[in-house]
Amino acid sequence: MEWLNTILQGILLGGLYAMFAAGLSLIFGVMRLVNIAHGDLIVLAAYVALVTVQALGINPLLSLVIVVPVMALIGYVLQRALLNRTLGDDLLPPLLVTFGLSVIIQNGLLELFTADSVKLNAGAVEIESIAVGGGLAIGVLPLIQFALAVAVIAGLQWLFYRTAIGRAFRATSDDPSSAQLMGLNNSHVFGLAMALSLAIVAIVGVLLAVRSNFDPAIGPARLIFGFEAVIIGGLGSMWGTLAGGIILGVAQAIGAQLDPGWNLLAGHIAFLVVLALRPQGLFPKVQG
Amino acid sequence: MPPILTLEKISKRFGAVVVADNIDLTLLRGEALGIIGPNGAGKTTLFGIVTGTVAPDSGRVMFEGHDVTRMKPEHRCRMGLARSFQIPQPFGGMTVFENLVVAAAFGGGRSEREVYAGCAGLLERCGLADKANRRAASLTLLDRKRLELARALATGPRVLLLDEVAGGLVEHETAALVDLINDVRSTGVSIVWIEHVVHALIAVVDRLVVLHEGALIAEGDPPEVIRRPEVTEIYMGLEELGLEADA
Repeated sequence: MEWLNTILQGILLGGLYAMFAAGLSLIFGVMRLVNIAHGDLIVLAAYVALVTVQALGINPLLSLVIVVPVMALIGYVLQRALLNRTLGDDLLPPLLVTFGLSVIIQNGLLELFTADSVKLNAGAVEIESIAVGGGLAIGVLPLIQFALAVAVIAGLQWLFYRTAIGRAFRATSDDPSSAQLMGLNNSHVFGLAMALSLAIVAIVGVLLAVRSNFDPAIGPARLIFGFEAVIIGGLGSMWGTLAGGIILGVAQAIGAQLDPGWNLLAGHIAFLVVLALRPQGLFPKVQG
Repeated sequence: MPPILTLEKISKRFGAVVVADNIDLTLLRGEALGIIGPNGAGKTTLFGIVTGTVAPDSGRVMFEGHDVTRMKPEHRCRMGLARSFQIPQPFGGMTVFENLVVAAAFGGGRSEREVYAGCAGLLERCGLADKANRRAASLTLLDRKRLELARALATGPRVLLLDEVAGGLVEHETAALVDLINDVRSTGVSIVWIEHVVHALIAVVDRLVVLHEGALIAEGDPPEVIRRPEVTEIYMGLEELGLEADA
């Protein structure tokens, strides 16, 4: 029963990792940009939530109403003003620029908010749980987190395959120069993709801030979890990304159960095993 | 007839290679213009200059009375300029129908709902109706060529630039293509067509120009132009050209 509980908690945690990964995967899919600053943007969103909560005195979960559009706007402007200039045949310039961005965000946050760790308090919802029988209980907050992850993945899937902007994303991803000749403004399309990515980052940032302590330096580790979930799931597949996140979460939970020090190690090992045995990921996008 | 598209003193070189040498060319409204010339004469580069993917070194491109020389490709598309590529470049990961929907919605500046019926009609016209839900990457060469043309048409062009659409097709396929292009023309679309399959070209175009080493060396009535000595001289396979013209 203890193991069942471990796996259950791992699955719920996996939802969070899938959301780390979804924004990353979206950006890479649409414009072949590897966003090294992704983890730091998550932390930035957490601090935007902190400021919002402190200024308005609202519940952190309610602050999403403000944090999501703010981050989306930051994403659009960042893409149009900076990142679009780095895109081309070479993968290196965006890598270097987002790495620089990562350093700037970390140090900017350090300057503004110090290195002290902080946490957002969501009130009673944090400790509420639902008994599911057999002595097992599911926390309400992890459940909300997982439900949001499924909603985000399903929403992205729907957007990509059922809407005009989703088709624009896919067309531009497929062949940017043909897309332009079909009347698509690539700079704008990329801006929207980054806005969407950072809207997801905003959700993740708030959940992270409510879940545990955070400080300006925790971004890079979130980036690694995101990368691992993407690779395990397989590039280009949204539901694969969710599965990747869950596998990573379960591996970490099992590792922690065996020995508290093995938490992260177990996750990395699961990732390496998938990379070694099935480098294309478990659920790659079907080709042909 | 007033001009719809005008190239004024267009020059372009890639390093030492001159691909456009002071070219003046006018397309009249409703006209179908053919361009022939040996490989490397600069035909496809001209399409790039007209659609905005290649910047000329000098000269102007006028479309519908506006100077579009510095305008971005997507804006030119929305104004009514569309081209097809010699090697079809569909959005491979999307279905045939989606390829058209994207082109029609963004190229025509309309919502997806508004373009569904038009796209379905286009698929029918281009012989792709039964393949609407196939992934574009899985199509045969002929169907890719059809899709290439259908997608260009979906943007709602007033000027359609066709780049060797008949290459690699067998006789009856070429005939069907000629019918389709004539059909498009009858709806008032002006056409510029680059083609090596001269007899197909002559079945459609009103006027023929010959491009050689970046310069226009002949222009006029198609059957007459291809018999000029300076044309037969530079155009390889003289007899072949003559035979095709008579066919």
